[in-house]
Amino acid sequence: MADLSVEFCGIDSPNPFWLASGPPTNSGEQVMRAFDAGWGGAVWKTLGEPIVNLNSRFGALDIGGVKVAGFNNIELITDRPLSVNFREMAEVKRRHPDRALIASLMVESRAEWRDLIQRSEDAGCDGIELNFGCPHGMCERGMGSAVGQEPRVLAEITGWAKEFASVPVLVKLTPNVDDILVPGRAAVEARADGLSLINTIKSLIGVDLDRMAPLPSVAGEGTHGGYCGPAVKPIALHMVGALARDPGIDVPLSAIGGIATWRDAAEFMALGAANVQVCTSVMHKGYRIVEDLIEGLNEFLDAKGIASAAELVGQAVPNFREWGDLDLNYRIVADIDADRCIGCHLCYIACLDGAHQCIHTAQSPCGAWHGEPDHGQRPRATVLPPVRHEPRPGLTAQVPWVDEAECIGCNLCALVCPVPGCITMRESESSNERLSWKERSASADQKA
Amino acid sequence: MSIDPVQQWPLGEGLDPNRLECRFEDAKPPYTPAEALVEANRCLHCFDAPCVRGCPTAIDIPKFIAQISSGNLRGAAKTIFRQNMLGASCARVCPVEEMCAGACVYHALNGQPIAIGRLQRYATDVALADERASGRRLFSPASANGRRVALVGAGPASLACAAHLALAGVSASIYERDGLPGGLNTTAVAPYKMRAESSLAEVEWLLSHGVELRTDTTVGTDIAWPELMATHDAVFIGVGLGQARSLELEGPGVWGATELIRAIKNEPGFELPGDVRRAVVVGGGNTAIDVARELAMLGIAEVTLAYRRSRADMSAYAHEWAGARQSGVRLQTRLQPCRTVHHRQRLVGVVFQDAVNGREVELPCELLVVAAGQSPWAALVDAGIRLNADGTVWTQPETRATSLAGVYAGGDCVNGGKEVVDAAADGRIAAHAMLEEWGACG
Repeated sequence: MADLSVEFCGIDSPNPFWLASGPPTNSGEQVMRAFDAGWGGAVWKTLGEPIVNLNSRFGALDIGGVKVAGFNNIELITDRPLSVNFREMAEVKRRHPDRALIASLMVESRAEWRDLIQRSEDAGCDGIELNFGCPHGMCERGMGSAVGQEPRVLAEITGWAKEFASVPVLVKLTPNVDDILVPGRAAVEARADGLSLINTIKSLIGVDLDRMAPLPSVAGEGTHGGYCGPAVKPIALHMVGALARDPGIDVPLSAIGGIATWRDAAEFMALGAANVQVCTSVMHKGYRIVEDLIEGLNEFLDAKGIASAAELVGQAVPNFREWGDLDLNYRIVADIDADRCIGCHLCYIACLDGAHQCIHTAQSPCGAWHGEPDHGQRPRATVLPPVRHEPRPGLTAQVPWVDEAECIGCNLCALVCPVPGCITMRESESSNERLSWKERSASADQKA
Repeated sequence: MSIDPVQQWPLGEGLDPNRLECRFEDAKPPYTPAEALVEANRCLHCFDAPCVRGCPTAIDIPKFIAQISSGNLRGAAKTIFRQNMLGASCARVCPVEEMCAGACVYHALNGQPIAIGRLQRYATDVALADERASGRRLFSPASANGRRVALVGAGPASLACAAHLALAGVSASIYERDGLPGGLNTTAVAPYKMRAESSLAEVEWLLSHGVELRTDTTVGTDIAWPELMATHDAVFIGVGLGQARSLELEGPGVWGATELIRAIKNEPGFELPGDVRRAVVVGGGNTAIDVARELAMLGIAEVTLAYRRSRADMSAYAHEWAGARQSGVRLQTRLQPCRTVHHRQRLVGVVFQDAVNGREVELPCELLVVAAGQSPWAALVDAGIRLNADGTVWTQPETRATSLAGVYAGGDCVNGGKEVVDAAADGRIAAHAMLEEWGACG
């Protein structure tokens, strides 16, 4: 069993799985149930001057029958009295002293920040998270992403928090910026103890075509909201990785954005996150998902011989490079396993219409392009490769085959193939010595 | 939401609700929207899809399933009907296990092919219900182009042909010797697949595109072939097959399979005799399976299918036999029927000769059903048409044109007895060949 306990800028928790600030951490009763289920920590639903919320508040992007691939909300911070929240926080901490309890805060004036930070510490919170991220509602009032998008304001408020707080201060960043390094560096320079990201992405989830109004609908009208859920994971991964490899960022990162499985969590941690926060997946499936987050990560670490979750952190960061650093001479080609192929020909049509026209079938009209130059760059093979595979028993369609000389190794066929392990990308023997674009450009400059 | 296009159509209203077939429930009930979406979303959208190649009418199946997924159900129905105007009945009666779904790549992936027939039923049912409710037609016929076509027989082949012609602006008239149109869809399809009112509802929908129907009119008797040909630009023959072959088993308690099925499906107040506990069905084809399964489902305690050769020689589809077995039908092979045994004018058994040892075996029963296949219509010889050696009508494969100029044919009378979808394909191909001939194909 790997050691899953993590220390995040001085805050200990039994595992790296925290609930992110949001509806699942709205009340003490919920957070206690979450801790009973196994969550290592929780960032309380953002506290501030209590607001009034709208009905309705949520919208979702379903794709091909998969529910809530993306999620959007126009809910604001807590709508419950601060005194109730703090009383419940104290109760939670008393019952679960081993779990990390973080207060997410969002107020305006220096005096309000001082007051809420003090009361959070009085309630026993292990840390403070400054919510500089919400891209809807609160930003219209000068808070949330309105702060996160202004590095000077962000730095000033972070400075206040550091001045008032005795517990670690996390700054939660908004992804609604050109370059995540700018607010990230500003927070670090203002002595933030850690960064958490991403908050939600400014979004409009859909349009009600009967009422001709954006969703979610509020009396037949709508507004933009904040986007999250599995669909935003790639955006969050990029931003976490960008901060993790930046020499100017020397504080731990708490990753948020589309984490639904242990694999998602492991990917974020490999790319530099010291822990992860989860919200949307819990809204979809409940606190119980933490069971497989824990067990799955454990099995993975054991299988890889990695002794602890902490040891996983950052292992993929050195391999996250600029495009110009990558090897131009690396060659791979698609390899179709005829024994696994089910004859759907999705690889064929994807390659034909969406890539490089180098997968063929017995029925394909591929000959038309053969013998003609490909934009003058590379001559086409003049002869069709032989049919390699007869239909296997029980299969009505023929197995497609790859013209390896023409394959550009783009992955598209492997990505669309519905059969696990059927199409693999094989390293081609024709690989030359490593040469990156930067090296090539430098060499060309020298010659010039 | 269960939608059946049935009750809305006046032809179906003429059917007595007290028909034996009304006691059968759908073996494959209509999908709810939720069921349809789950199933539609499973479809991989194969390119050059094996299912399309498995469909005699070549419906673009991945497309219509994707249209169900996207919520474009009228579009899905149009995709189906453009290739097969009998898409609603084919959705119910097609042996999809042997056709589209039988070719589905999911067989190789996890053994769970897409339920194409049920999805097709869902799309066509919902779209036809929407058409009735909204009044917005799925298809609008072109304006009349002056061409006239007579179609002989109101079965699937003629109906498909007539509908495609009508949509192109041709005046199509169907002549049917029976009182009810729809052919075997109305009179013979197993009621757990489709009841007569669904067939008639489909006929009504097809006619509503401007097709004229004359029932109780026999070509050759009520109207002479030469007259028919002289008064129309083309004639389509879709008369199906003729009388059942006789096995010379006769007497009280002995039925031909098609007559018994028709009685179950269409005859008001028809009941099986009350004293029938055991039934024997002679045959090994799909009709024999159908009638045996129907009898078992109607509560006859012992239903035995007696076939003269081996299980492997039976022409019935494997999935049909599996369904009959599940309904309780027993199979006895290598039995050649010899004679019936009657006692006091009541059937008490059938004597077979066992092909293995030559001995005679008597199977006691109170009902004997003989499903011995149908013969082609000898009467067609009168029309002067070239026939194949087996008595079926010879046609050109690309056009379904017969040896007589301007005369086309399709369906069972050409193929010797295949599926509704084969007849629908013939009808469309012949219609398009006529239109092409006239330069009016649009």
